[in-house]
Amino acid sequence: MAETTLANVLDVLKAESNEILTDWIEQAGEDGAKRSDLFSEREERDQAKSLLNAFRKGVKDGLKDGDFDLADDHWSDLRGVLSEITHERVERGVRPEEMAALILALKSPIIERIKERLADNPDQLVQEILLLSQAIDRFAVYTSEVFIAEREAVIERQREEMMELSTPVVELWDKVLTLPLIGTLDSLRAQEVMESLLEAIVQYQAEVCIIDITGVRTVDTQVAQHLLRTAAAVRLMGAHCIISGISPKIAQTMVQLGVDVGEVSTRSSIRSALTDALTRVGVAILPVEKVERTDK
Amino acid sequence: MKFDKAKRAASLDLATDRDVARARTVVGRIMKEQDAKVLMQTRFVTAVSEIARNAVRHGGGGTMEVYLLPGGRIGVECRDEGPGIADVEAALTDGFSTINSMGRGLGGAKRLSELFIIETMPNEGTTIRMTSRLRGGR
Repeated sequence: MAETTLANVLDVLKAESNEILTDWIEQAGEDGAKRSDLFSEREERDQAKSLLNAFRKGVKDGLKDGDFDLADDHWSDLRGVLSEITHERVERGVRPEEMAALILALKSPIIERIKERLADNPDQLVQEILLLSQAIDRFAVYTSEVFIAEREAVIERQREEMMELSTPVVELWDKVLTLPLIGTLDSLRAQEVMESLLEAIVQYQAEVCIIDITGVRTVDTQVAQHLLRTAAAVRLMGAHCIISGISPKIAQTMVQLGVDVGEVSTRSSIRSALTDALTRVGVAILPVEKVERTDK
Repeated sequence: MKFDKAKRAASLDLATDRDVARARTVVGRIMKEQDAKVLMQTRFVTAVSEIARNAVRHGGGGTMEVYLLPGGRIGVECRDEGPGIADVEAALTDGFSTINSMGRGLGGAKRLSELFIIETMPNEGTTIRMTSRLRGGR
């Protein structure tokens, strides 16, 4: 086992762990890092205790010669405990700076104790304090990293969920599908749109697909290209594609851009697209009285 | 044409497709705040989308600055440090594309804007400045 340069820190961690724990929690309270509104006294203490144990284990297994690297194997326990606790606290609404403050509050109880022990060996004292500070600072940074990573994971998940949400293919009538597009149509989304539409064509044996772009604010050449390619793919599947919801301002802009929609059917509103689509599948929407008269 | 004396309204980095979307949103918002005509907004935001995407796709990313100009106009300067445009004339021609796209972006942006200036140097990059009226006229 490697010799630790934090011999005295290790000693006090062993001999006075309960006292250090109590002082630490008290210190955290003074620094405003305690959230008694979110965690019970008992929970706070349990969390702090598992952190302290993992810390002691890390120190014992080899904090030597001043090279401290949180990525080392003997810190894996502490890393695990740190991420777990950060995760738990963040979930309950603890802010990242409070989490960091909690970790940093561990410094003074330990330093106080080794100061007494090393009163007549200032060199060793300074060395241990330096190394201890370095380690604890790094832990604090690590909790922020965990916090950021969790946030990013949440954002990524929401983005994916939105992506899913934004390509709903709806069956309007037998053999008639519609896909209302909203927001931006970047390459990734265009791919999703195309895939879900083509799959739906097979599933519903659709003959007409209406892609409604009322909710798309900007139709630039890329969006136009995606739309036209999707329309071409729909045609290859043997269905007819209507692009609806082209407003006057979008129409003018597309003309200026030089976008040629070729043989793709376009309609200004989803209403006219629907009428067109129903005609194609041999259905019409009629007032009830008219239908009853036909019955007789 | 430089926007030296104009009031800068926004400054954006262009690195990914999402930045292109952001450029559209920001320019659209600024024009709306200036009470621009809806048609002018749609036209200019579309032009911005084209040149911002060009900077990302061809220029390896860049920056965009948005200016409010005297006389009820908005101006955009889009700068990249990419390979430059070898043949500007060809690049402005409809149907010309080096990446199998529609090839109407640059020419389209020019038609959708009022003034449209390209400065490009091989291996040094491309700067495009373009303006639009906020209301009326062309």
